[in-house]
Amino acid sequence: MTTDTALLEVEDLHVTFPARTGTVAAVRGVSFTLGREKLGLVGESGSGKSITGRAILRLVPPPGQVRARRLVFDGCDLQALDARAMRAIRGERISMVMQDPKFSLNPVMTVGEQIAEAYRVHHRAGRREARRRALEMLAAVRIRDPERVYDAYPHEVSGGMGQRAMIAMMLIPGPDLLIADEPTSALDVTVQMQVLAILDDLVSERGMGLIFISHDLNLVASFCDRVLIMYGGRIVEVCDAQHLHEARHPYTRGLLNCLPRIDGDGRALPVLRRDPAWLAPARTAAARTP
Amino acid sequence: MTGTMAETASKAMIEVDDLHVTFGRGPRATHAVRGVGFRVAAGESYGLVGESGSGKSTVLRALAGLVEGWRGRMTVAGRVLGPRREAAFYKLVQMVFQDPYGSLHPRHTVERILSEPVAIHRLGAADRRIEQALGDVGLGPQFRYRYPHQLSGGQRQRVAIARALILEPKILLLDEPTSALDVSIQAEVLNLLARLKRERGLTYILVSHNLAVVAHMCTRLAVMNRGTIVEEMTVAQLRRGAPRHPYTKQLLTASRGYDRTAVDAFIDFAEAEAGSIART
Repeated sequence: MTTDTALLEVEDLHVTFPARTGTVAAVRGVSFTLGREKLGLVGESGSGKSITGRAILRLVPPPGQVRARRLVFDGCDLQALDARAMRAIRGERISMVMQDPKFSLNPVMTVGEQIAEAYRVHHRAGRREARRRALEMLAAVRIRDPERVYDAYPHEVSGGMGQRAMIAMMLIPGPDLLIADEPTSALDVTVQMQVLAILDDLVSERGMGLIFISHDLNLVASFCDRVLIMYGGRIVEVCDAQHLHEARHPYTRGLLNCLPRIDGDGRALPVLRRDPAWLAPARTAAARTP
Repeated sequence: MTGTMAETASKAMIEVDDLHVTFGRGPRATHAVRGVGFRVAAGESYGLVGESGSGKSTVLRALAGLVEGWRGRMTVAGRVLGPRREAAFYKLVQMVFQDPYGSLHPRHTVERILSEPVAIHRLGAADRRIEQALGDVGLGPQFRYRYPHQLSGGQRQRVAIARALILEPKILLLDEPTSALDVSIQAEVLNLLARLKRERGLTYILVSHNLAVVAHMCTRLAVMNRGTIVEEMTVAQLRRGAPRHPYTKQLLTASRGYDRTAVDAFIDFAEAEAGSIART
């Protein structure tokens, strides 16, 4: 699915946080390019996958420091933009879906108003037009009763519905790149598949690029085109998603092996043995002890 | 559907018959569990699988005495459960919750967390028991005086398991015990639970949305949807891909990974989305 022109180029991305004892490196020299494809970014907690996604959108919270040799989106150097220009990109051209709709939706605003607001921020449109668009978008993410959901408050909708509303909100400005950080891990497995189908169709119909951040290897293997595996702030392996099960790196292999299987034999699961060498010379900041 | 296994009924550790749980009253009442029945033999691991709102956790919470206003019949180790549970019940039955971040007191040390059940049940020898319990779950003595925020998610869940085990219960009710954990840590916690069960002959009820976790840990399972058990089967039947109910089939398909064409055939079994309040 990769096209010749890269939508996003990331080269030697570093994210550090000052700590009492020097700095903690959360991302340490990550490089990749993204076409109009579904790219999976896989790792466990503390691997730096979410921070990588946030760094692209300049959403790393202070005092975090981001630097990269190149951070280019559609020919535009993201590092050279001032805050105002970055705001114009954020949401409109690159948008981000977070994991949990419970914490990402405004609890005192109806779902529909939030989606309509997202539209009005990026387009000159009246309330009525924004409402119409928001209803269309709710229908596009397969919410059966858009009118009812439009007027519902976030606590009145289920998790799956809330996450679809979030996706509608992120998609209504028509972004070229969507960064989805564990967008479905709070959802039931069948709803998860339905939400993925929506994202999948948007990538193939609109030619959108998708960075799909997840801890779920099997899901990513079946959903994405390409997978980057992160460990300790680095990319340790890049694979075609369909060949993920032939991965070579011991970390990737370890992750695959420790998953329980429906058709497994119920014997003790192989436990991942972490090798300090995976972290290369630098400190072991991002790794968590089991 | 009630337990069909007549041979296990005689030595059932847990029996649930026609369990109903209703939350709220009047027109806004939610009938969360609608006539659920099953039997779990001593030493068995029984899985309750379903999606959010299916009632699987509510069944577990009703057993644990954490839900009021249930109807039906529940027995544990031959004793019929009343509306309230006495201390002896909790000596026999303990529960491990999903969220190791929420289930440990943030301002209590591991030592205090583990000493509380010992004090409540007046077991004595707290010192020895705490040391033993920490060792059983693979945590060294250096963890004893730490606070939960000084532990990783996996370590916290081990503490939660230690807290349950310190009373030497016969039954553990496990509510999504690994779904908040990284997969590598999940493997360690599942191995730990499997070892403890083997060593102590524990009886487990494992509630999970993850079919693979249940298939790995259990011998039999019930699939729940909208408050009822739609199908009960052995894990061997599940592995053979033999589920009969369309809901179970769909769950199995979805659990095997993303398949664009399969998604279009999905039916919305949980009309729960049309209901008002989402509950996980």
